[in-house]
Amino acid sequence: MNKIWTLTKKELKTFFDSLIAYILLVLFLGVTGFFTWLPSGADIFYRKQASLDSFFLICFWSLFFFVPLLTMRTFAEEKRSGTIELLLTKPVTDWQVVISKYLSSMIMIFIALALTLPYYITIARIGNIDHGATLSGYLGLLLLSSAYAGIGIFASSITKNQIVAVLLSLCFCVFFHLICGTLANTMSGTLGNIFNYLSSATHFEPMARGIIDTADVIYFLSITFLGLTGAVAALSQRKLKD
Amino acid sequence: MDIEVRNFTKMYGSYKAVDNISFKVKTGEVLGFLGPNGAGKTTTMKAITTYFAPSSGEITIGNYSVTRQPEKVKTLIGYLPENNPLYQDMAIIDYLRYVALLQGVKKNALDERLLETLTVCGLMNEKHKNINELSKGYKQRVGLAQALIHDPEALILDEPTSGLDPNQIVEIRDLIKRIGKEKTVILSSHILAEVEATCDRILIINKGKIVADGTASDLRHQASNDEILKIEIEDGNTNEIYKALSELPNAASVDIIKDSDNKFEFHSRPQTTSKRDVFNLCVSKGWTLTGLTSVETKLEDVFRELTTN
Repeated sequence: MNKIWTLTKKELKTFFDSLIAYILLVLFLGVTGFFTWLPSGADIFYRKQASLDSFFLICFWSLFFFVPLLTMRTFAEEKRSGTIELLLTKPVTDWQVVISKYLSSMIMIFIALALTLPYYITIARIGNIDHGATLSGYLGLLLLSSAYAGIGIFASSITKNQIVAVLLSLCFCVFFHLICGTLANTMSGTLGNIFNYLSSATHFEPMARGIIDTADVIYFLSITFLGLTGAVAALSQRKLKD
Repeated sequence: MDIEVRNFTKMYGSYKAVDNISFKVKTGEVLGFLGPNGAGKTTTMKAITTYFAPSSGEITIGNYSVTRQPEKVKTLIGYLPENNPLYQDMAIIDYLRYVALLQGVKKNALDERLLETLTVCGLMNEKHKNINELSKGYKQRVGLAQALIHDPEALILDEPTSGLDPNQIVEIRDLIKRIGKEKTVILSSHILAEVEATCDRILIINKGKIVADGTASDLRHQASNDEILKIEIEDGNTNEIYKALSELPNAASVDIIKDSDNKFEFHSRPQTTSKRDVFNLCVSKGWTLTGLTSVETKLEDVFRELTTN
């Protein structure tokens, strides 16, 4: 546990020592804030209700880009510079390394979302906001990010190139984010149901409205777990017998 | 702690990078790993550090197996990989502290270890600099420092002196020698003089196989038992001397060294010596013998002989 914390702290320090963390935070808050507060048809005033619904839907999209950009360097950079060899010959397991990369990404996402709390405070002062639904919405955003972080870390673990990593994770994510939902709409029967189940929107939207269902939580956590297992498998590849 | 490699083989697909090699390094021994590029040096070192798993065979450090107890083995070794990868945007002291924590150095011993390592590696004045601001030589010292930070039982150094200036090379060599008195050290290098100066024992590998194993002088003997003499004679006719030398009882071959007056390279027959004969010959002919030196086989020659065919 101590080792995971040491690794995570180092990851966070790398984020904040370089410009990446700041640029990404500014980008995320800028884009999200722009669409949330300025008249865009999806903005918060359009509905004339004291609710963060529209903000959550905008985040649903901005996180889709933000998370892969955040996770792209996790392993790709270490593989390119060769430091991965240094790291994996220290007394830490592959799992500890992957978990620490995941934790540091999640802490970054947590910080990004925490910085949007003024939105909540503002709306709460204007009207009667549903506090439970807001909490559930934020939880949904965290779970969604967790799933995409899992995918992003896996994508980063299979290439040395950060650009390839970000493109790969966008490819994987867009499948859950958009394609599954669209396919589900055009198909009926079992196949339609399967695609509907795989679509992240199906599981996110209830949470944005304030309904927390265990099935939805399990959905996001399974994707996370699958991604991280994939990353561990990719790292362990070097240990194959031939 | 002894490092033992038994029947280690590593395949990359169908290509055999290392082919069934076995060797043992004892505590207090510095082993030099020599070989042309692609001979399997780095692969073997990576297997010892648990980074690669052997395709077959067994590697143990002390009583711990690198495949079955990798976490324990990792705490026992310090490893400097080839090309010395480092986190460029960290300060030296932060980086070393990070590595020390990963290696499980106790909090109360941490500062002392940091101080000692920084002093030993000559990094005291640079400790707050970022790694990317350092020259190649200093980076190499940081690489060595991170390998030493937890006072490991065994050190695996892949080309530790590449990119250093001659003064730094001497410093690092001395450092390795000092460490090598109590620990087990394996280092690889292309520079033969370096291996000869630092290592107690040399292992030459070629195409994944061990072709020589022994001390530098062992290897020289193994490569050639024949005596080679360099002879310089003043006055006298070159051809006449050449003829007389060739007719000595133990002469195998005589060459005239080009662009010189009366200098010869004289090869004796195996297991014989001709110094006395040469001297007596000169006395009887009245030639002035100004130089008679035996030429030592260079390690370079041994290396080339073993790795080019």
